[in-house]
Amino acid sequence: MARIEVPMPQMGESIAEGTVSRWLKKVGDTVERDEPILEISTDKVDAEIPAPQAGTLVEVAVEEGETVEVGTIVAYLDTEGGAPEAAEDQEEDDGEDEAPSGDAATAVDDEVEAEASTEREEQESAPAAESAGPESAEERLKRRSTPVVRRMAEEHGVDLSRVEGTGHAGRVTKQDLEAWLESGGDDAPEAEPEAAPAPKKAPVQQPSAAPSGSPDDLWKRFYSEVENPEFPVREADRVESMDKIRRLTSDHMVVAKRTAAHVHSFIEIDFTRVDAVRRANRQKWKDQGARVSFTAFVTWALSRILREYPTLNGTASGNNVIYRGNVNLGIAVDLDPGLIVPVIRDADHLSLVGIGKQIMDLAERARNRKLGPQEIQGATFSITNPGVLGTMVGLPVIPKGTSGILGTGAIEKKVVVVEDPETGTDSMAIRKRSIFSLGYDHRIVDGADAARFLARLKEMLENFPDDA
Amino acid sequence: MSPPGSSPSNAPGRVLEARWLGLVEYGRAVGLQERLVPLRRSCRIPDQLLLLEHPHVITLGTGSSDGHILVTEEDRSRLGIEIHRSRRGGDVTYHGPGQLVGYPILDLKPDRKDLHGYLRDLEEVLIRTLRRWGIRGRRVEGLTGVWTEAGKVAALGVRVSSGWITSHGFALNVHTNLDYFGTIVPCGIPDRAVASMEGLLGTAPPMSEVRLEVARQLAEVLGAAVEEAEGLPGELDGEGED
Repeated sequence: MARIEVPMPQMGESIAEGTVSRWLKKVGDTVERDEPILEISTDKVDAEIPAPQAGTLVEVAVEEGETVEVGTIVAYLDTEGGAPEAAEDQEEDDGEDEAPSGDAATAVDDEVEAEASTEREEQESAPAAESAGPESAEERLKRRSTPVVRRMAEEHGVDLSRVEGTGHAGRVTKQDLEAWLESGGDDAPEAEPEAAPAPKKAPVQQPSAAPSGSPDDLWKRFYSEVENPEFPVREADRVESMDKIRRLTSDHMVVAKRTAAHVHSFIEIDFTRVDAVRRANRQKWKDQGARVSFTAFVTWALSRILREYPTLNGTASGNNVIYRGNVNLGIAVDLDPGLIVPVIRDADHLSLVGIGKQIMDLAERARNRKLGPQEIQGATFSITNPGVLGTMVGLPVIPKGTSGILGTGAIEKKVVVVEDPETGTDSMAIRKRSIFSLGYDHRIVDGADAARFLARLKEMLENFPDDA
Repeated sequence: MSPPGSSPSNAPGRVLEARWLGLVEYGRAVGLQERLVPLRRSCRIPDQLLLLEHPHVITLGTGSSDGHILVTEEDRSRLGIEIHRSRRGGDVTYHGPGQLVGYPILDLKPDRKDLHGYLRDLEEVLIRTLRRWGIRGRRVEGLTGVWTEAGKVAALGVRVSSGWITSHGFALNVHTNLDYFGTIVPCGIPDRAVASMEGLLGTAPPMSEVRLEVARQLAEVLGAAVEEAEGLPGELDGEGED
């Protein structure tokens, strides 16, 4: 038997939360895969949420009438057979230690969340460390109540951390707040402070030889814990809690920036040759059902040269450098809002058309939230394309657990000076050019390596082979 | 992000069957939809658009509050208004003769798995329909439905069943007797007027033309070809009528 989580699914791009309107199954009921187990409502739509797998409903985590964010676990199912055991106490956990692909941690796909969290338990330090911070885990969870509740609290001038939450993970529900207001709020005798129901198995802080505040402790906190300072809200402002994707992205970006010694270098690349190859083959590729984007060309070229620069295809790890044995390229996909980085595995074994097809497929499934957990993990190097939206160049953040990311700028027509190879005469020509940026971890990648890498990439793209 | 309703067309050959069912009692229309949803899910029928009118009825969505019914039990039965609690989203509403009710039974899976996106699509269908008669319908942020200068002219309430199959839908006031809305707080929003096409135009457009336009516009938004069909899908024949 395996216990799996049923999260509130993403039912549309503008939908950040849903209200559980009705449980169609109760604890102990057996359900078929895809059989509806609950109904949610959002605006003027009611929708059935089907079971992700067959099994028995063993826990209902959110009551009828409660509004929860997308990604919140609403129920647990016990499944027969080999489904992976999900770590049930990791739901609020933000420390993503395993997934090395940068924004892998931002993916909130039901399966992804369930599986990605399995390996973290032992290194877990966040919840324990949290209680040492200025704000307890309990207080923090309570603040993560729904916008409706926070608005009510604001209207009545109630500090939510003083209200006992009976909702999921100790959240304060509308009913809790109403009961609190009825009972006279702060004037009522203080309820016995209870331990927050989640995290359910908060790891107990090991009685450690190092006292709090020791260098070890500080380093651990520096690399694993993210504290987000708060700012006063002004009258006309609107406050919304971050959804899960945003929270994971936010923490990952902070940790990534803190950890790697970011440096960026730029190079301008001429795309005239790539453009010609692309035009010449477009119809042929179309007949093969492929669309080979500029990103596909860049991905192909990168995959061919990364092995020559092993530190860029590796990562600093403690006092070691890990040189990765595979070339797995993470491609950032804009979900608007949000971002996910699906991974093309062993890209150096694929042809240009093969890479084009994979990018199409992964991007499509990323937008439909159909990626499996393995498809967003294990990147050894990443590509992001701010240029697609017209940006000249960007300074991308290096995903945690890697040492390089390439940012591709907009490809634009420019007037450039070209030299006639025979006469040596200079003249002006119109060429398609783009500025690329390479973000690299200066702990293990030297500036000259980065420069050589970019020059090699330029050479590759400007003399793109016919038989790629 | 493309604007609502302007999505590119679906898979080629997608068909929307539009069916005019005339005056149908509310409970019967709900039962009919409940039988069509599994048929659509198993692809035994193409996308459907049921078009009909209801006899006087007040329906409560799952988000409804009884406090939004303003009429006494006595007056209600005198006026011949039924009450139904329904499994669609939204609050309380009124249906009655002169109101064009549309229940699309669609599979949203292929390309429009977005609950709010679907609401915006339905609004687009109605806004385009109104435009044909020169009425400027618009959306109001946070108040789903179609609004005009005189008030709300169309209401939405939708259900999406397992497998992204839709039911319930929209109600467009063509020449509805708006006095009946006085029996409720429409959609739970007080101080908001209700409008009809007749009130806006000074004369009622023919129901037959409005329903053809609605069917045509829904097909266009879905990127489907519309096929007018008579009565109920043949697939229902084997099953007992309710």
